Parts: sequence; C-alpha cells; structure tokens
Amino acid sequence: MRRFLLPLGIFLVLVVFLAIGLRLNPREVPSPLIGKPVPAFKLAQLQAPAKTISPDDFKGKVWMLNVWASWCVSCREEHPVLVELAKQGGVNIVGLNYKDERSDAIRWLAQHGGDPYAPSAYDADGRVGIDFGVYGVPETFIIDKAGIIRHKHIGPVTPDALQKKILPLMKELERA
Amino acid sequence: MRKLIAALIAGLLLSLAAHAGEAQPVGDPAIEARVNKLAEDLRCLTCMGQSIADSHSDFSTDMRREIRDMLTQGKSDQDVMDFMVQRYGDFVLYKPPVKSSTWLLWGGPFVLLIVGLAVLVAKLRKRDKQIPAAELTSQEHDAAAKLLAGNDQPNETKP
Amino acid sequence: MTPELGHFALILALAVSLVQGIASLVGGIRQDPRLMSIARPATVAQAGLITIAFGCLTAAFAQDDFSVLYVAQHSNSLLPMFYKVSAVWGGHEGSMLLWVFLLALWGLAVAAFSRRLPQATVANVLGVMGLVSVGFLLFLLLTSNPFERLLPAPADGRDLNPLLQDPGMAIHPPMLYMGYVGFAVAFAFAISALISGRLDAAWARWSRPWTTVAWLFLTLGIALGSWWAYYELGWGGWWFWDPVENASFMPWLIGTALIHSLAVTEKRGSFKNWTVLLAIMAFSLSLLGTFLVRSGVLTSVHAFATDPERGVFVLAFLVLVIGASLVLYAWRAPSVGLGGRFELLSRETLLLVNNVLLAVAAAAVLLGTLYPLLLDAVSGNKISVGAPYFDAVFFPLMIPVVVLMGIGPFARWKQARLIDFWPRLAWAVIAAVVLAVVVPFVLGGFRPLVALGLLLGFWALFSSAAHILGRLKERGGDASFGQRLAAIPRATWGMVLAHVGIGVFIFGVTLVKGYETAADVKMGPGDTTTAGGYSFKFISIENVRGPNYTAARAKMEVSRDGKLLTVMEPEKRMYVVQRMPMTEAAIDSGLFRDLYVSMGEPVDDSTWIVRVQHKPLVNWIWGGCVLMALGGLLAASDRRYRLKNREATAPTTSAGATATV
Repeated sequence: MRRFLLPLGIFLVLVVFLAIGLRLNPREVPSPLIGKPVPAFKLAQLQAPAKTISPDDFKGKVWMLNVWASWCVSCREEHPVLVELAKQGGVNIVGLNYKDERSDAIRWLAQHGGDPYAPSAYDADGRVGIDFGVYGVPETFIIDKAGIIRHKHIGPVTPDALQKKILPLMKELERA
Repeated sequence: MRKLIAALIAGLLLSLAAHAGEAQPVGDPAIEARVNKLAEDLRCLTCMGQSIADSHSDFSTDMRREIRDMLTQGKSDQDVMDFMVQRYGDFVLYKPPVKSSTWLLWGGPFVLLIVGLAVLVAKLRKRDKQIPAAELTSQEHDAAAKLLAGNDQPNETKP
Repeated sequence: MTPELGHFALILALAVSLVQGIASLVGGIRQDPRLMSIARPATVAQAGLITIAFGCLTAAFAQDDFSVLYVAQHSNSLLPMFYKVSAVWGGHEGSMLLWVFLLALWGLAVAAFSRRLPQATVANVLGVMGLVSVGFLLFLLLTSNPFERLLPAPADGRDLNPLLQDPGMAIHPPMLYMGYVGFAVAFAFAISALISGRLDAAWARWSRPWTTVAWLFLTLGIALGSWWAYYELGWGGWWFWDPVENASFMPWLIGTALIHSLAVTEKRGSFKNWTVLLAIMAFSLSLLGTFLVRSGVLTSVHAFATDPERGVFVLAFLVLVIGASLVLYAWRAPSVGLGGRFELLSRETLLLVNNVLLAVAAAAVLLGTLYPLLLDAVSGNKISVGAPYFDAVFFPLMIPVVVLMGIGPFARWKQARLIDFWPRLAWAVIAAVVLAVVVPFVLGGFRPLVALGLLLGFWALFSSAAHILGRLKERGGDASFGQRLAAIPRATWGMVLAHVGIGVFIFGVTLVKGYETAADVKMGPGDTTTAGGYSFKFISIENVRGPNYTAARAKMEVSRDGKLLTVMEPEKRMYVVQRMPMTEAAIDSGLFRDLYVSMGEPVDDSTWIVRVQHKPLVNWIWGGCVLMALGGLLAASDRRYRLKNREATAPTTSAGATATV
C-alpha cells in the first residue's frame, strides 16, 4: 500500500514549491556585484560636459548612484522622492544618465522638479551601465566609504524603500 | 546603329557595375558567427524568456555590441561569458552552470533513467515469480486445435 | 445584452455541470439507473449552454462591442474580421472559455459515441468530466469573467497583439486545447475504472481511441505552434524550450507513453496500475500547463497576463483534482490483478522500456522547466535553464526510443525471439548505417551528429517498411498483393505511418540543424548575396499601408544558376495601435528547402540589414508531425473500435460456419 502513495507524495512536494513560487518574482535578478568594488569609470558630467566624474571622487564617502533616463517612465515616479531627499541634504546622490540625449535629459530634469544629482554622469552608449549590470531603468546602488557596492535597488525608489532599507543602510555605513 | 547599341551596352554595364554590388556583411562574418553563437546562450534580461540572439530589444542590441567588441579585441568565448556572469549573475546564462546547486538538475535525468530501468527490471522479475505459468490441459489443447483448423471464415483479426 | 446573456449561460452551465457531475457519479457508484440516466442529457445541456456563451463572446468581438472589457483589451475596429474572431481566444479569459467549450464538446462526443458501453461506465466518465467542468467554470466566473463590462465604453480597443494576427494563431490554440482537454477523457475513463474497481482490458480498449484522438490533436497543436513561431517571429527558429512550449510537450510525451501502455493493457491485461497512473499524469500535466502559463510563476513570451490570485485558484484546483485521483489510485492499486505473464524479452517489455524512456524524458523537461523556481525557493539564487540544457538532456534519451520503435513491432507478445527480428530487419540496419555514413560525405563532409540523425531517420523509415513487407509475406498463399495489402488492419497502418512520421521529423531536424546557412548583410538596391546556392538580389524598398499597420516592404529577386525563380517581399511592420514593430519574414516554401528572408534594422533610407537563410528540409519537421497525426487518425478509426455492426453480422457468421463445417 505504501509505495502506491509515492505519486501522491511527489505531487504534494511539487505543489509546495509551486505555492512558494506564487510569491516569488521570477523576473527580479539579484546583483552579483554586491560586496564587490564599484566598477571604475570616467565620464563627462551631464550639466557640465567639460568636467568629468569618477567613483574615486567619492572615496571616503557613502554615496548613492541612481541610474535614470528621460525616456524612462518609472523614473518620473521616483524623481520627486529624490528631489525631496536632495533638499533635506546629507545624502550624496549621484546620477548616471543612461543612454540618453544630453538636451533631452537636461530638459527632463527641468520639467520634473529640478536636479537632485550632485552631479549626474553622462553615459551615452550605456557601457558603464553594463559594467554595473544595469538591465532596466531605474536602478539605484548604495556604495560605502571604501568603494564597495552594498545594495542594489531595482525599480523606482519609493518612500517606503527609502525609509525602511536605503536610509538606515546609509546611516550605518556612515558610522563605519 | 551599331555604335549606338555598343554605347548603350557599355552604359548599361557601367551602371550595373556601379549599383550591383555584393552585399556587405554586417561586420566580419567569422566574428558575427561567434557573436550569434554566444548570443544564443545568453538570456535577454528585459524580455520574457528570449535569448539575446532572438530578441530585438535595446538591451539585446547593446549586449551583442559588447560581445562583438570583445571578440574583435581578441577575447575568447569564455572571457565573454565570464564578463556577463560577473555583471549579471548566473541568471544570464541559458546553459546552467555545473555547480553544487545544479547537480540535481544535470544529474537528475540520468539518475532517473537508471532508477527507472532498474525498477522495471526488478518488477518484471518479481512479477514473473508471482504469476503461475498457465499450463493448458490436453482437453484445452484439442479445443484450441479444432478452432484453429475449422476457422476459414473471413474474419476481422482478433485483437 | 448579449454579453449578459453569455454570462448567464455560463452560470447556468455551472449549475448543470454540478448536477451532471454529482448525479452521474453517485448514480454510477450506486448503480442507480435514474441518476445515471441524467448523465447524457446533462452533458448535452451543458454543451448547449457553453456554446451559447462562446457565441455571445464571438458576437461581441464581431460587433466591436468595446463596452466588454475583454474585447476592448484585445480587439480594435481596424482589425480584420478573421482576427476579430480569433481574438476571442487571444487572451486569458477567452482562452479559458475556449477550454470549457472544447471540454463540453468532448463530453458531447463521449455521450454520443458510447452507446455500447455499460451505463455505469458512461455515467462515471461523464460525471468526472462534469466535475472538471465545474472547476473550470468556477475559475472563469470567479476570477476570469470574459463578459466583464468596461463602462464608459472606450471609443476603440487596444488591438490584438500583432504577434497573434496571423492565420496560424487562429488554429493553434483550438488544436492544442483539443489535445489538452481530450486527455480529460482518458483521465475520466481511468477514474471511472478506479471508482468501480473494474480495471480491466475492456477499460483499456474503450480508452484507446479517445486517447489516440486527443494525442493526435495535441501533436497537430504543438506542430502548428512551432510552425507559427518559425513563420511569425522572424528569425527562423522553431523550438525554444520555452516554459509554455514545455508545458504542452510534457503531456505529449506522457500521452505517447499512454498510447503504448494502453496497448499492453488491452492486449495482455498487464500493467494496469501503470497505465492508470499515466492517464492521470497526462491530464495532470495538462492542468499543470494551464497553471504555469497563467500564474506568473515562470516567465515566458507566451505567458498570459499574470495574476497570482488566479494562480492560487488554479493551484487549489490542481491539488483537488490530482490529489483526489492519486488518493483513489493509492486505494485501488493494491488490489489490481497482474495480468498475463511475459518474458524479459517480449513486446510487453520493449513497450515498457519505451514508457520508462518517455517518462524520464518528460520528467527531465519538467525538472528543467521548474528548476529555476525550485532553486529560487530554496536558496534565493536565480539561474536560467534554456535550450542548451534541454538539448543536452533530451536528445540522448530519444535515441533508444527510436531504436526500439523499429524493433518493437517485430517482437511477439509474451515471448520474443531474436529470429523474429534479425532476418526481417537486417537489411534495414545495414542500409540505414550505410546511408548514414555516405550521405554526409555527399553533402560536404562527415559529421557525427548529422550521421547519427540520419541513422535514426533511415532506421525509422526502413524498419517500418520492413514491418509492412513482413506482414505482406505472412499472409502468403494465393491472395493477391492488393488483397494482402487490404488485409493489414488500419491500426497497423496507423502505427507505421506514425513511426514514418517520426523518421521524417528526424530528417527535417537533422538537415536543418546540420546544413542551414544564413547571411547577415547590409543591402541596398542592386546588392546581391547568396545562401545555399541561391542568389538574392535586393531590388527596391517601398512604404505600404495595411489595414492596421504601416510597413517598409522590400522586394528581393531570387535566382539559381542565373534563372529567376521567385520574388520575395519581406516587411518590417509598425502596428499603429500598439506601436509595436514586427518583422514579417518572406518565406519561399518548398518540399526540400525553405528560403527565409527577414529584415533587421535600417542603416539609412535605402539600405537595410537583411538576414537571408536557406533551410533544407525544414518543412519535414512539421510534415513529420502531420504524418504522426494521420497515423493516429488511422489507428483510432480501426474498425475494431467501431462496435456498431458486430451484432448484425454475428448470426449469419455462425450460420455460415455450421454450413461449411
């Protein structure tokens, strides 16, 4: 009798996994860069093309890299959050303008509440984005004083994510 | 008249030569072939389950460009795959890596086959012992012979 | 008004199927004639009501009724009428309605073609199908109502996904669902046998034609899907081991195992438990497929709009149906008899090895499809399992299957002897090996994988031919060739044709994978390129307007050895409503090759990146599947299964017998 229950047993195990699967998001890709040094780059700044920006500029500081673009619909959602954060001060928000037209990007910032970035790097062909493992926009990285990536937030930065995960993490990294 | 025809032919040939070119391949064919092969094994992360070879998305186009550049610089196929995995993790590979976390995946079917065949053979042996060999009595033999001999009716084949 | 009528019809159908399910099963268990007699009329009533509902939804599409949410999401006034109708099953809600519609039609078929079956069996089978229908109707009405209103109605709809605006799209889902749903009949027969405790050769015999017909529809459905992807996606691929494709392939593999296992159970009364389990598994995999495609658990190009709430419902339904059947199985299985005895080398054993191989193959596909989910659930790591894995695992398993396929028909039941095989098959083996080695050389050079594919393909063809030749010789005596040919039962022709179909399929796959060529080139007017010995000349490019799209259409002249053969016109379309670019490949189909031209991106106003492909024998892939399906049709229509005329002829036969003896 026992062995005839085997098919049922196997089936129930399968069901458990399927049930767990309903809560997971198969499209969310965790980043392999967490715990690794921030990729090196040297890009022109968005608003000041003559000047350059690189991660070395932020050695010794805790900073946030936000990947954005004027063609990105979800970025409009998170932009007010970032502008507010910039107004409050105390957080280094660096932008990575990804595969965009310089003029479009600058106009977009003006149209949507200002420039929270100090400053934005201009990644025209997206190569730096690839080094960061960017596959969708927006994405946000938190980097510590030693230049190690500590966290990646996929999708728009919500006030909730900010309060619960990002700001506490940045405070903790400040203290280190 | 002949001169006119000759001139026309010359003109035609010249214009043909000017337009009819052998179509230029997109980049070096050998490199392109390698790009396509690698692209088939890499996942498009913005698509719903397509390789970057099959997908038209921006992400895929960028990835193919990266691969092309790397191969043109002389990097190997493995270098390209390592590059992608460093940035995007194992998820970007369509051929799952052989690691401790994927032993079950790679080994499973083979193990299942061995087990399946073993179980089959074991069951058949057991079954053989459980079912008594049916012996026909001599009466049954005779009845069968009669049926077989007297059966010359057109008949559907019995199952 | 019409949508409300359709909605109401569905609610009534739910009530009727509830009655059908409960009354019939209770009647069947208790052998109560009054309750059992409800089964057929209830089935007919349910079919009628669901047909009304389906008709109402179709009418809403045909009439551009955008006040119905589903119509607004999947249609548009510019959409050609043909696609307005096929859009009925273009989205989740409509495709579920198609599911229950086809389930009702299968029920109708069972009710009609089961006059000779015992009433209790019919009642049980229709009862089970009724309960399955209850589950799906509840799912429809509670979570996926296709008749939901959208008020105020928009001026126009969002248009059908351009990828689905294709003739193949019109037939693929109905064919596929006929197969999926058809396995419910085999399932119902199995459950009926488990309930009544009468698991015998008669049950196997009744199940066989139904299972074969469901299988042949599934074969056609999968083939259509593959052909459609090839035709429509624009890059020449035809199978991607995508989770949704796998979801249809697994029931096919188990269904194939089931057809063969039913043969053993019918002929020898053996392995009844295994056959019942296969019948349960085939339908379970159909249900699992339904779950995977609609729940958001896996990503796929084919997946419907995902909604975890729906996923929960389907999962609960799955647990109920499959769980209950497996409990029933565990309860009855111990007391089932073992059937006839057979040797280790016999047709029974060979068929069972075939089953093990097919079951392991199905399990491998399931493992690969679900592994990303398993790993994520257990460790949070994400991996992708794609074509490279499935190719590596699946093809080796199929090699012994094809080898056995040639040998099996020669093996005798109960005890096979080598003398049965070798004399008849020797020439087939030798010829296959020789050709497998020689042909690659002729085509350009020896390649081991190509040779292997050719070996299997030739083996499939020659062993089938050998079987027919053997049968013809058997019936020797003074019967004419024609008479001998006609004396071979249809079921045998069916088997041979299906196995030949597999050979043809293998040839197609081998040649395409081994010898297809492609050229990715930049072309402007006057440029030429070559592929596979054909010369392609880019003539011009122009802008055209379709009913609901604009397109850049290129004109390409194709010639061979200087002779102009045809003109091909690939397009790059932009569908105006959904703003979606589509590559419309130009395909010149032939029996022995396809020429495939598709446009990539424009380089400038007159120059485009064009991909030109030569695909030898690619149509044999789907041609093989069609042959398989035809084989199934022949087998299912064998007169052994049509019991009507038996009683009429019986008295005269016995009278004839006494007269001659």
